[in-house]
Amino acid sequence: MTLLTTQSAEERFQRIIDADDKIESADWMPEGYRKTLIRQIAQHAHSEVIGMQPEGNWISRAPSLKRKAILMAKVQDEAGHGLYLYSAAETLGVTRDEMTELLHTGRQKYSSIFNYPTLSWADMGAIGWLVDGAAITNQVMLTRCSYGPYSRAMVRICKEESFHQRQGYEIMLVLSNGTGEQKAMAQDALDRWWWPSLMMFGPNDSDSTHSEQSMAWKIKRVSNDDLRQQFVDMTVPQADYLGLTIPDPDLRWDKERNHYDFGDIDWDEFWAVVKGNGPMNRERIENKVGAWDDNAWVRDAALAHAARNR
Amino acid sequence: MAYSVPRMEGDEDHEFGEQEAGWPMWEVFIRQRRGMSHVHAGSLHAADAETAVQNARDVYTRRQEGVSIWVVRSSEVTAFDPEDAADYIDANEKPYRHATFYEIPEEVGHM
Repeated sequence: MTLLTTQSAEERFQRIIDADDKIESADWMPEGYRKTLIRQIAQHAHSEVIGMQPEGNWISRAPSLKRKAILMAKVQDEAGHGLYLYSAAETLGVTRDEMTELLHTGRQKYSSIFNYPTLSWADMGAIGWLVDGAAITNQVMLTRCSYGPYSRAMVRICKEESFHQRQGYEIMLVLSNGTGEQKAMAQDALDRWWWPSLMMFGPNDSDSTHSEQSMAWKIKRVSNDDLRQQFVDMTVPQADYLGLTIPDPDLRWDKERNHYDFGDIDWDEFWAVVKGNGPMNRERIENKVGAWDDNAWVRDAALAHAARNR
Repeated sequence: MAYSVPRMEGDEDHEFGEQEAGWPMWEVFIRQRRGMSHVHAGSLHAADAETAVQNARDVYTRRQEGVSIWVVRSSEVTAFDPEDAADYIDANEKPYRHATFYEIPEEVGHM
């Protein structure tokens, strides 16, 4: 551990940020920058890991062997994404066990989108298309994040997310061109996932507590509302192509702005889910803690085996 | 283990990095293709070197990203202090080490 002088270290940090260069783990950084990143990267990692549950729910019931194999590969990717992100967070001086415990005790969060249930097979399509689509919009921005390890994890993840989104859209495409019942199933999934997907970008810029400082530090490069607009503009034509209707009566093309206008988000619902009152909050964490506890013997046995062979 | 991070006087007490991870941490290096060096890809946790390599294959090479993997225990890595970089690397004190330092007449051609 090196003790540095405050002034030279702060100047050096700011010089790197100003030059659009990357901060690396061995660089001194302000405590706020470190804490913000630990909170954000851990939450991102937890989201990938918890995100395995709503999709894992459908592996045994996928409609064909092909779909089952694809879904298993996708869920495995989510685990991988969680691990890339934990690895990036650990470079900031937090341990894996600490993050696990913070998640299990509710002191670190994961994306609220995973607190909604996956009720039909079409939800696998809607999640890939909309949820992963929204995630990609955010993650492409984060590849330009000022923290090197986070930015590199995002590059790796974005490459793989493209498979996730395309496979989801293809599920929607097949259902939309199928029987009336299948098309209704696709529409129902869109109806349920549309608004929660828009909420994934977080509160409106005017109400976002962390945004301004994160933008100044170049952790975040685009505002919540701008990312949300980007996502809506990209997704509406895709829904049109499917012949499905986005559940928003206020949605219309605005010629002046050259963007789609859309209706107000129900922020009461958003905060209720964030605070733990979504349909699946309790079950998701119970499953996660259960898996951790039930498999403690595997972790112990592996360590004992390693110790014996040393 | 937790990575040690640079501190200075006046920084708040660190609230993280105290709790030890169960499985040790390993740094993973991947050779993308033949003819290239192994490049650092990230880290993971595993009980021993053998399972670290197996985990690295699952985590970092699900799409043929590598033809070879190295793992090294993170605690075995000794790193350069980035503060030294300011003194020794950033300072271009021997510009004559670079080819562009020397002016060669155009007539001589490419050199």
